[in-house]
Amino acid sequence: MFEIIARQELAQGTVVANDIMAPKIAAKARPGQFIILRVNETGERIPLTMADTDPERGTITIIYQVVGKTTAMMARLGAGDTIMDIAGPLGRPTPIEKKGTIICVGGGTGVAVLHPITRGFKQAGNKVIAIIGARNQELLIMEDKMAKASDELLVCTDDGSYGHHGFVTDVLREQLQKLGDEVKEAVCIGPVPMMKFCAKVTEEFKVPTMASLNAIMVDGTGMCGCCRVSVGGQTKFACVDGPEFDAHQVDFEELSRRLTAYIPQEKEAMDLFQHKCSCEA
Amino acid sequence: MAEAKKAKKEKIPRTKMPEQAPEVRRRNFEEVPLGLTPEMAQREAGRCLQCKKPACVTGCPVEVPIPEFIGHIRDGNFEKAILALWTKNSFPAVCGRVCPQENQCEGKCIVGKKDDPVAIGYLERFVADWARAQSDISLPPIPEKTGKKVAVVGTGPGGLTVAGDLILKGHDVTMFEAFHKPGGVLVYGIPEFRLPKEIVAHEVAFLSQLGVKVECNVVVGRMITVDELLQEQGFDAVYIGVGAGLPRFLGVPGENAIGVYSANEYLTRSNLMKAYLFPEYDTPLVKGKKVVVFGGGNVAMDSLRTAMRMGADEVKCIYRRSRSELPARAEEIHHAEEEGIEFFFLHSPLRFFEDDKGFLTGVEVQEMELGEPDESGRRRPVPIKGSTKTMECDMAIIAVGAAANPLVTSTTQGLETNQWGYIVADEAGKTKKPGVWAGGDIVTGAATVILAAGAGRQAANSIHQYLTWGW
Ligand SMILES: Cc1cc2nc3c(=O)[nH]c(=O)nc-3n(C[C@H](O)[C@H](O)[C@H](O)COP(=O)(O)OP(=O)(O)OC[C@H]3O[C@@H](n4cnc5c(N)ncnc54)[C@H](O)[C@@H]3O)c2cc1C
Ligand SMILES: Cc1cc2nc3c(=O)[nH]c(=O)nc-3n(C[C@H](O)[C@H](O)[C@H](O)COP(=O)(O)OP(=O)(O)OC[C@H]3O[C@@H](n4cnc5c(N)ncnc54)[C@H](O)[C@@H]3O)c2cc1C
Ligand code: SF4
Ligand code: SF4
Ligand code: FES
Repeated sequence: MFEIIARQELAQGTVVANDIMAPKIAAKARPGQFIILRVNETGERIPLTMADTDPERGTITIIYQVVGKTTAMMARLGAGDTIMDIAGPLGRPTPIEKKGTIICVGGGTGVAVLHPITRGFKQAGNKVIAIIGARNQELLIMEDKMAKASDELLVCTDDGSYGHHGFVTDVLREQLQKLGDEVKEAVCIGPVPMMKFCAKVTEEFKVPTMASLNAIMVDGTGMCGCCRVSVGGQTKFACVDGPEFDAHQVDFEELSRRLTAYIPQEKEAMDLFQHKCSCEA
Repeated sequence: MAEAKKAKKEKIPRTKMPEQAPEVRRRNFEEVPLGLTPEMAQREAGRCLQCKKPACVTGCPVEVPIPEFIGHIRDGNFEKAILALWTKNSFPAVCGRVCPQENQCEGKCIVGKKDDPVAIGYLERFVADWARAQSDISLPPIPEKTGKKVAVVGTGPGGLTVAGDLILKGHDVTMFEAFHKPGGVLVYGIPEFRLPKEIVAHEVAFLSQLGVKVECNVVVGRMITVDELLQEQGFDAVYIGVGAGLPRFLGVPGENAIGVYSANEYLTRSNLMKAYLFPEYDTPLVKGKKVVVFGGGNVAMDSLRTAMRMGADEVKCIYRRSRSELPARAEEIHHAEEEGIEFFFLHSPLRFFEDDKGFLTGVEVQEMELGEPDESGRRRPVPIKGSTKTMECDMAIIAVGAAANPLVTSTTQGLETNQWGYIVADEAGKTKKPGVWAGGDIVTGAATVILAAGAGRQAANSIHQYLTWGW
């Protein structure tokens, strides 16, 4: 059992942050790694990245978007409630070295995943430019933390309600044009289409780029092959070979398709859950 | 007297296992064989000739004292029977159900030369189930603590055996399991209708009662390494029993279409995560109407029969060799056929087709014929030129074997592996790294429950020796 120590709502309650007591995981986790949790006995195993860790306090922070039954169920938990199982840290840590200038691009909840990586690059002595975006100002998350974790933060919203009006890809292109060869690497994390377009832009400028892939997972140990993705024509398992891969090699179309595998079941589970909740209320 | 002699000469036919009818069981997840009654068991036990040099024992990888335990059943002394079984086999309830008896104990039984062999597996299962139902079988005495600590990585039949044996020798044992539930393949791979999970839970609970600590959700290699267990956590010895645990794919185009599963994924979703109880349980599973399964071993049979139980209209087994090479247990093949599974021998996949949304629609297969024998001594299947066909399907499961998962081996310093990534260990499970033993599928490649349990017992003895006398 893992106790939730604190709960916070972001982006008008569509995104929730939990600090969870998990000292062993907190002590071991590196930027880019994730956990797999199961809320209760009948629950599904879902992967979530550690947006932060506090080894001294023994906590990990997860930030998740409420998209279906499991995340909806978790959103109802408060401080003092528990999560039955958490396995982690999983996946390979992001390779962080001093390289020069790094651009970190995050969209939506991807910003939560991007945060520890951004901070890691800055701490390693890189000049880090962060670009984060959301559909509108209300949905933007972690602006203050990202500002702290980077040397320069550029914000954009799709509807222009805040910051730059437009997509993160536009800002990314501007930066690449401005900085040229200075940029040694880009990291992009967010919805699959966003990562795909970021990768297209950085490819034009020949900037090595990493993307963090959110494939559907079960075990997280490389045993089931559920999370397989095609990278450079080869099959890789996102849970053990990733979750980060060379974005210029990733088959994003295939990833998008595979994420739709269970849409009818996900809807059924969610409808049933909401129905139950409204009956209880 | 003459009467008795006559009765003895009169052949008793092998007892038939009562089973759920095929039409019923093909749509439910309850266990297929229902178990023998005490009368049936005693009668079957009477068929054993109590051989002085029992051939059956030579067929059993762990040398269960077969005539002895069967003799006790015949005499109605079930408690003595279970004690005899336990001397060599910690999991008779499991082995009685899943051992390939026809190639092992029963395959060697002398009665089987002229008649059907004694049903050793049924009898083993009978006694074990009897014992589980007794509330008053007392715990074995736990010896004084030695103060030595052993870590067991992986909770499959090998790891469970090591833990049980070493706790009874007075050592402190902690098991580490990546999943949220212990049991290895017994809980995530082998389906409920063949091995009720309650049996595995019972074995684990027994170990806990003896004082074995079980730490789930610990992925060794990520959360902690074998070296850290030895150097930082104060363990005196480590047993690695992580299984094979890496799915093999076919490497043909279209394999990442939605609806193409590795057997590991399909079975983990349905068994461990209970997707067959969706939406009561949250884990989803594609419900194929037309299902094809590639492979011919136990894993393939389990996948085929699970797909049937999930409501498929047709389920096909596609195997690249012929019927006589099917590696699955005879009973599973027979059960699968009774449940309406169709077999396509000498067929091999060429590619999968998907619709514009990425969902599987069919598979192209190549017809094969048997050519010259290969390294395994079996005749190699070779393609028949020009004869391919397309089969419609909305789900495919790939059950063509497993390979060595590198998560633990690649994070352990100085652990020798062979060219396929399996750990190199001697007969007793001793690896090249001091203080580290390994056994089961991660040493031998995918094998059987009883071989993993046997390897565990050997390793436990060797670890005990080491803890007593040194490396
Ligand atoms: C390595 C990794 C890290 C992730 N980190 C985060 C994070 O920090 N914050 C966050 O909000 N989301 C993260 N995700 C995505 C998150 O796992 C899914 O949003 C979550 O599983 C949805 O579950 P649900 O039951 O609420 O929704 P569902 O209704 O079950 O699914 C909604 C969508 O989520 C995806 N999904 C469903 N089940 C799984 C599964 N078992 N594994 C992966 N994806 C699934 C599918 O695309 C699905 O269409 C991460 C995914 C991966 C692979
Ligand atoms: C579907 C299926 C059907 C089968 N049917 C039969 C049958 O009928 N008869 C028969 O005799 N055999 C059968 N087998 C084979 C048999 O189950 C295996 O040979 C046996 O279970 C191997 O035991 P093991 O102890 O080596 O480990 P496993 O049972 O493979 O267990 C290994 C355990 O280690 C855990 N683990 C892996 N990596 C880590 C890590 N990094 N950290 C912590 N834990 C880890 C795994 O989660 C797992 O719980 C079948 C196998 C399958 C898959
Ligand atoms: S353990 Fe397996 S092989 Fe040995 S006697 Fe029992 S059923 Fe037969
Ligand atoms: S070989 Fe057959 S008849 Fe002889 S002891 Fe073994 S089980 Fe009994
Ligand atoms: S989640 Fe099973 S192999 Fe990656």
